[in-house]
Amino acid sequence: MTLLWLILIPFIGGLLCWQGERFGEQAPRWIALGTMLMVLAITLGLWFYGDYHLPSLDPQGEAVRWTMEWQVAWIPRFGISIHLALDGLSLVLIALTGFLGILAVLCSWHEIVHRVGFFHLNLLWILGGVVGVFLAIDLFLFFFFWEMMLVPMYFLIALWGHSGSKGRTRIRAATKFFIYTQASGLLMLVSILGLVFANLAHTGEYSFDYATLMQTPLSDGLAMWLMLGFFIAFAVKLPVVPLHGWLPDAHAQAPTAGSVDLAGILLKTAAYGMLRFALPLFPEASQAFAPVAMGLGLLGIYYGALLACGQQDLKRLIAYTSISHMGFVLIGIYAGTELALQGVVMLMVAHAFSAAGLFIVSGQLYERLHTRDMREMGGLWGRLGSLPGFSLFFVAASLGMPGTANFLGEMMILFGAFPLVPWVVVLASGGLLLAAIYSLLLMQRVHFGPPQGKEHFADLDRREYLMMLTLTGLVLLFGLYPQPLLDTTGAAMLEVQQLFEGVAPLSSLAKGNQ
Amino acid sequence: MMLTTTHLLALMPILLVCATALVVMLGIAWQRHHTAVAVVTVAGLSLALLSLIAVWGLAPLATPMLAIDGLSLFAATLILMAALACTALGHAYLAHHQGPREEFYLLLLCATAGGMVLAASTHLATLFLGLELLSMPLYGMLAYTYRERRSLEAGIKYLVLSAAATATLLFGMALLYAETGRLDFAGLTASLAGSPGVWSLAGAGLMLAGLGFKLSVVPFHLWTPDVYEGGPGPAATFLATASKVAVFVVLLRLMLAAPVFGEGWLHGVLAVMAVLTMLVGNLLALTQANLKRLLGYSSIAHFGYLLTALVIGEGLAVEASGIYLVVYLCTTLAAFGVVTLVSSPYHGEDAAVLHHYRGLFWRRPYLTAVLTVALLSLAGIPFTAGFIGKFYIIALGVEAGRWWLVGGVIAGSAIGLFYYLRVMVTLYLTEAGMQRRDAPANWGMSAGGIVVLGMAVLIVVLGIYPAPMIDWVQALGMTATG
Repeated sequence: MTLLWLILIPFIGGLLCWQGERFGEQAPRWIALGTMLMVLAITLGLWFYGDYHLPSLDPQGEAVRWTMEWQVAWIPRFGISIHLALDGLSLVLIALTGFLGILAVLCSWHEIVHRVGFFHLNLLWILGGVVGVFLAIDLFLFFFFWEMMLVPMYFLIALWGHSGSKGRTRIRAATKFFIYTQASGLLMLVSILGLVFANLAHTGEYSFDYATLMQTPLSDGLAMWLMLGFFIAFAVKLPVVPLHGWLPDAHAQAPTAGSVDLAGILLKTAAYGMLRFALPLFPEASQAFAPVAMGLGLLGIYYGALLACGQQDLKRLIAYTSISHMGFVLIGIYAGTELALQGVVMLMVAHAFSAAGLFIVSGQLYERLHTRDMREMGGLWGRLGSLPGFSLFFVAASLGMPGTANFLGEMMILFGAFPLVPWVVVLASGGLLLAAIYSLLLMQRVHFGPPQGKEHFADLDRREYLMMLTLTGLVLLFGLYPQPLLDTTGAAMLEVQQLFEGVAPLSSLAKGNQ
Repeated sequence: MMLTTTHLLALMPILLVCATALVVMLGIAWQRHHTAVAVVTVAGLSLALLSLIAVWGLAPLATPMLAIDGLSLFAATLILMAALACTALGHAYLAHHQGPREEFYLLLLCATAGGMVLAASTHLATLFLGLELLSMPLYGMLAYTYRERRSLEAGIKYLVLSAAATATLLFGMALLYAETGRLDFAGLTASLAGSPGVWSLAGAGLMLAGLGFKLSVVPFHLWTPDVYEGGPGPAATFLATASKVAVFVVLLRLMLAAPVFGEGWLHGVLAVMAVLTMLVGNLLALTQANLKRLLGYSSIAHFGYLLTALVIGEGLAVEASGIYLVVYLCTTLAAFGVVTLVSSPYHGEDAAVLHHYRGLFWRRPYLTAVLTVALLSLAGIPFTAGFIGKFYIIALGVEAGRWWLVGGVIAGSAIGLFYYLRVMVTLYLTEAGMQRRDAPANWGMSAGGIVVLGMAVLIVVLGIYPAPMIDWVQALGMTATG
């Protein structure tokens, strides 16, 4: 039941925010803050009182075990049930959702002044949908939440976004985002149905259940097609390079809270989907596809980093760095060793913090300068109180400075993948160099260089300080002492690794790449 | 074959609607009273709806001309619901209409009876009778506000084109009769089994064209946007819901019975038409600036999705079409209902141009919420019934391995999103929008308001908990005497 409440609380909170607007503008903000605090508190409670070291595979190699599970029949006609389950991976990501949800509410405290109630309705419904995605292990339910969270995100960008120049309107960006993700989502639906009917042909019963569908025997060709359906849906959201077109526009046009959610958790739903569904359901096909996926990851690392170097818009720059970082995540997932998979989780968490930090910084810059164009900035160091300092910290985190969680994540992925695909790792490491270049370019153009004016801007207020300090603290905490996080997700990642590794001899893959 | 009391009882819903039509006609002749006529209409339709429950026990039952089986009961339920909704909407719409208001309900009742006959027909004679009884009053309903140029144009356009389609249909029937000498579906099926000759194929093709016109299947879709745009709100609503449901059900019955459509080149033609309908409907909707035209094109696209069920015709097909029809009906009633309410009470052309709806949310939050839910459902987004419908159609395509059709549905949905989203975001924009027409402040209290609110709730409930709907459609599908 707790799991159901984790999903319901944001939805109910959202409705309360909408109606709470009657009691003044502050009411929805406090309700939203309280709601997300509640979600975070429940998740942390589950973290402290749950046991996440369970053997995920019993000796016979059957029966996936969950720390918590909740199931009730939903559409018996197709064997669909509301089946929620929690393991270390989903727990970490839900905690992340709760935390970033709080940040999203806080960072829009002064930014959003119109239609406050409706804004928070959309914000909380996105978060509720994301929590649903992380908990659902019935494929229909998963798809349900996967598609559902697009609608409030659409409204968030379309109604409260910034209009860019040259026809880059916010509505256009929002529509692009929606069509990309929805159309690719339908491909996933086709794949899910293909899997279900394959299972129906085998067992004679409809089922959308994760554990049942994992047992479906598939021919190689069919498995490959179905896996591609899942992969494309996740690849659009991650995003993987040829399918990334929506991301820079959506980020640039979204309000700060939208960007924080988008970079911090919506992109993570894709990585989660690959780890939870694409790999375990189709291990053989994924193995066969791994070289292509890693190639796409490499492409993403370089493409994102190179384009980031050439951006004038601060938020677009950060958006492209996300593409670059997600390239590492993709390589880590398809390398499939335990170390690499743990690195993926680490990098996902770290990137959520650093990207959220950078987006909040750019939001705060925008509130003060009313521009995100880096050509109009410059020489801000010393004129903005402590904001440039925090920028420097998050930029350093984003480029993977030792001591930050990002460093650990990237290194674990690279070390984990090296025994399998040394050349991919060698090439990917080159991306770290580009990361340093675009990060320094960002600092140079925004905070150093010739100043564009002399006036001083307001220093951070208490709310902004709190956000920045918490994020800084968390990046350092997980950078210096990552063990609690790794312990929590260890069992879940080990299971993915066993499924992935168990099917085909990895040496053949390694040879294929050499 | 003798008609017994059981048969009369089984035909009770149709008889009740006809009786109501008579009462309304006589009532108008005696004394005009708008609200009283509307109340009598609602009472008659509700009685007919209730009598369906009694008839449910008798099904399946076949008379020489009509079949009272799961399929016809299903269609009758939907048609009566649509008629009730249109009555409620019509009452609000016609409140300030200059000129006779009461005849609208008379036409509506006749069309309803026609639709029910059509959906139950198992004989070409009843098929033709039902179709004409459905279409004739619709001409009048579409041209009801005939002082409006567009309304008159819509009525006449529909009349002329529909007459041409009817002629095609009749010619097809004649060819089939010449070849087989039978007019009942069962006899036709038996005679056509084996290898159908050229004339039967031509006849079946012509019939398909005639019925395809009513469903506005590409390439017979040209009338749809103009007629939807010009017709008064409640009439367009009836045309988009009850009329289409009835024609689709009879087509489904024909497909299930007659193997002519199941194989050979007619089947190929049907598949191509389905894909074309999805794509053309969605593509043409992209540039529309008029909400009623846009909904017209979107309904073309939706019947493209539905044709998938006819093309496949096995496995989940009947269940999928049933679910999709329920979903389509609720959604279309909600969407057209909002347009009608915004245009009510009638004074001049309907408010259908998109900029009338700009920022509607900030003036009419609940009404806009209804329209948003309807648009999301049309787009097939989870949490709405539309998603369940789309899920069924895709499941059907995947089950049968018809990847072209599945591809068409996906491409169509992706294109469709673009214009649904455009309308949706317009509702929430605040920029200095001129408003020419707005819903009356007490719309929520009126019968039409309750209908659209109810439909929105139904869409959401069926989207979240579709199990009862699936059980119902499944139970009805079992008793279909195909």
